[in-house]
Amino acid sequence: MPDTSSTTLTATEETAAAPADVVKTEQRKPRSLWGDAWFELRHRPMFWVSAILLVILLLIAAFPGLFTSADPTKGDLTNHFLSKPELTHFFQPDWFGYDGQGRSIYARVIHGTRNSILVGVGVTAAVTFLGGLLGMLAGYFGGLIDSVISRLTDIFFGIPFLLGTMVVLNAFTDRKVYVVVLALTFLGWTSIARVTRSSVITAKQADYVTAARALGASTTRMLFRHVMPNALAPTIVVATIALGGYISAEATLSYLGLGLSEPAISWGIDISEASKAIRDNPHALMFPAGMLTLTVFAFIMLGDAVRDALDPKLR
Amino acid sequence: MGRYAARRLLQMIPIFVGTTLLIFLMVHILPGDPIRAMWGDKAADPAQVAALRHEFGLDQPVWKQYIDYMLNLFQGDFGKTFGGRQVIDVMTEAFPVTLRLTLLAITIEIIVGIGLGAWAGLKAGKAADSGVLIFTLLVISIPVFVLGYLARFVLADELGWLPPNVQDSTNLAELFLPAFVLAMLSMAYVARLTRTTFAENLRADYMRTALAKGLPRRRIVGVHLLRNSLIPVITFIGTDVGGFIGGAVITEGIFNVQGIGNLLFRAIQTSEGSTIVGVVTVLVLVILVINLVIDLLYAVLDPRIRYA
Amino acid sequence: MTIIDKTMSVPGPRGGSESDGPLLEVRDLHVEFHTRDGVAKAVNGVNYTVDAGETLAVLGESGSGKSVTAQAIMGILDMPPGRIPQGEIRFRGEDMLTMSNEERRKIRGQKIAMIFQDALSALNPVLSVGYQLGEMFRVHQGMSKKQAKAKAIELMDRVRIPAAKERVNDYPHQFSGGMRQRIMIAMAMALEPDLIIADEPTTALDVTVQAQVMDLLAELQQEFNMGLILITHDLGVVADVADKIAVMYAGRIVETAPVHELYKRPAHPYTRGLLDSIPRLDQKGQELYAIKGLPPNLTRIPGGCAFNPRCPKAEDICRTDVPVLHQVSEQGGGEIAGRGSACHFWKETIHG
Repeated sequence: MPDTSSTTLTATEETAAAPADVVKTEQRKPRSLWGDAWFELRHRPMFWVSAILLVILLLIAAFPGLFTSADPTKGDLTNHFLSKPELTHFFQPDWFGYDGQGRSIYARVIHGTRNSILVGVGVTAAVTFLGGLLGMLAGYFGGLIDSVISRLTDIFFGIPFLLGTMVVLNAFTDRKVYVVVLALTFLGWTSIARVTRSSVITAKQADYVTAARALGASTTRMLFRHVMPNALAPTIVVATIALGGYISAEATLSYLGLGLSEPAISWGIDISEASKAIRDNPHALMFPAGMLTLTVFAFIMLGDAVRDALDPKLR
Repeated sequence: MGRYAARRLLQMIPIFVGTTLLIFLMVHILPGDPIRAMWGDKAADPAQVAALRHEFGLDQPVWKQYIDYMLNLFQGDFGKTFGGRQVIDVMTEAFPVTLRLTLLAITIEIIVGIGLGAWAGLKAGKAADSGVLIFTLLVISIPVFVLGYLARFVLADELGWLPPNVQDSTNLAELFLPAFVLAMLSMAYVARLTRTTFAENLRADYMRTALAKGLPRRRIVGVHLLRNSLIPVITFIGTDVGGFIGGAVITEGIFNVQGIGNLLFRAIQTSEGSTIVGVVTVLVLVILVINLVIDLLYAVLDPRIRYA
Repeated sequence: MTIIDKTMSVPGPRGGSESDGPLLEVRDLHVEFHTRDGVAKAVNGVNYTVDAGETLAVLGESGSGKSVTAQAIMGILDMPPGRIPQGEIRFRGEDMLTMSNEERRKIRGQKIAMIFQDALSALNPVLSVGYQLGEMFRVHQGMSKKQAKAKAIELMDRVRIPAAKERVNDYPHQFSGGMRQRIMIAMAMALEPDLIIADEPTTALDVTVQAQVMDLLAELQQEFNMGLILITHDLGVVADVADKIAVMYAGRIVETAPVHELYKRPAHPYTRGLLDSIPRLDQKGQELYAIKGLPPNLTRIPGGCAFNPRCPKAEDICRTDVPVLHQVSEQGGGEIAGRGSACHFWKETIHG
């Protein structure tokens, strides 16, 4: 950018010495990275669309009973076998029609939300903790610790993510939410570790960190007060964007019969069952698939907005 | 350049050993007994189980199994499937199919992804840019299996434009639909990455210099911008090959392609360790080789790496 | 007191070829940037001229609009967010702002060339310097690759890069800072343009190399009788090479003068402040002077004289009336050629 960007510089090159008696001028308030990011976010329609979607989805996940009174597991084959949707019956059990076991698709879509979001948030939290910790250790201490962790990251990264997770999950017969979360975390932590490692190395080399070290700050203080806050942004960005991907991964695994096991309700399982009768009954596939896409979309859009807001380079 | 290649080659060895060991351990240490599972719910004859276990070397300690496996591997022996066939034979049938599928998908990914991304990047902030951004976000949000069924349902079943199943994997027309579905996710990422690097490099100082030199726009974009912008895109495409294999499991299942993805999926369901480890080992090798090629290509494109 | 017409150009100390007017004439140029914090008025009515063989130094802090003016002349402003609401930039009498893109492109590089501050980022990192130099000949003169490479070697020899033949295929990062800036200079000189704009050409260099690069630039300028606009914040660089100086503040020219006049007798409090803040050996032990305050925010330039909040001499009129560029005269009344000051109290400043 031309000269305009540097108008708030304090000392000018010519005057060299810092102005001791700074005249009170109406300079705009300098914004911090986070303040700036929030300013950016507020002005993005994408952020608000995703935020509203997410609030609704979280409400559904927390209180599915508010949205439907139908039992998602009870099927009525005689009356409702693959009944078509009644698109005007808002919030009624037959709104989205019935599946091949005579169960309300609307109720199943609503009740499947919790598991999807639990897996997405759970894996993101676990992966951020594990990958963030390993990446920080590698980046901050360097040397042997860095070599060991980096090679470990390379090895875990080397196995195709979805394939490896399938192998892990296949070993378990009763796959509850936590099992799926742990399996996805097992190979999923590597990208966060890599990103955190490189941003910690960058932050470590910054002048203010060198200054803090020269002033004798302790290792823990250095890590948590100086390095971590400044290395956090890229990690947050990667984690937010990945969240949608984990929800998608859970559905994919469930679709393959290697994700959550019944009676847990998963959109992936429903899509898998519906796919067998797709030619005559596309509705049984469309609604869970649409809800799944919408959820992933909301999270990915949020991640995208956060990334744009936190990365001043893109402005 | 030669030394650079040699160094990268050496660095690959521990990763190869580590990755194969990891998948080996995952297959053999995790709970579940594949031999016992062959009987399903029926009662198994303990003597038969023990015999089978011995035949497949499953009664040995894991480290010995791994070393034996690796030693055999280097003589071209990947072990046997539970059905008694040589794993290597099964793989040589399936790999070319997936190779064709993946190559076609990567071609689609490169042409559409870079094209869309470059278009959006040059129009940064305009309607075309927002359109491409939202389109790619949507594509990323639709899980591959949903996209696969949708594409199959609409393009093959309803409209009848393309065949729903792949009978002959050497027929590119038949392979197009699965390749397209397989390519979509990566294509969206490539488009977004290209857009970002284009928009970023558009503001680079050397672009201002190129403008000040009085170069025509075609040359500024085609030589100065493209060369710099493609470096991260090529790296991404290289590292994404693993993702293609994961996607192939889904796509091959939906379109009934008899490739490596289908083979792996069946092997995982039956806990057929020899096939899983064999296929993954070959995949890891392929990925490592591709990464090496990408690294070398990177060095060709970016002289700062070459002379570092 | 004589007031210089706003549109009148600043006369040079030794006018060029009178017949066909100045080489470059900037008239009442305005440039603004539309940012999310409002409209930043980067250039607010700049006038200057440059003749063939003449060196104009444009002096100012970052944010004074000196680089933006140069980019507007080159036609390489980012538009949007940049905009030129009014003004003229006449090159050999023709207004470049009304030309087509293609006409302007042909001037860039061939007739007017630019040297940037940071050669490392201004040169393309993935193309060899030979390619980047040769590109000038290939694009503008349609030379073959081979011919262009030979020309590139010639150019590198001319700017005294050792072993030019061996280094022509090297990449920018393989050269030292001084050598890289020589390559930038060679690129600008390639087609022997009429005018060169050098935007802080030595700021990024070591002090020892600075003089060498400046000397080279001055020497080539003499040889080709080119006009040179030297943009800088370094008063030391200016003294040796410039013919005349324009001092900019908040997008306006606040003082113009032949180079040595300015050092002897500044006619604007801002210029005086700049001169006083140069450390001097004969004032060792005394506190170094600093202009108090900060340069103004370009989205909210103070009313009246933009310098008034920082000016030690500011009075009420300075807060209300924008001073025009007054013709500066001797105490006796004789005009001093080429001198102007945009200060209500220029008399007190220069003579007081």
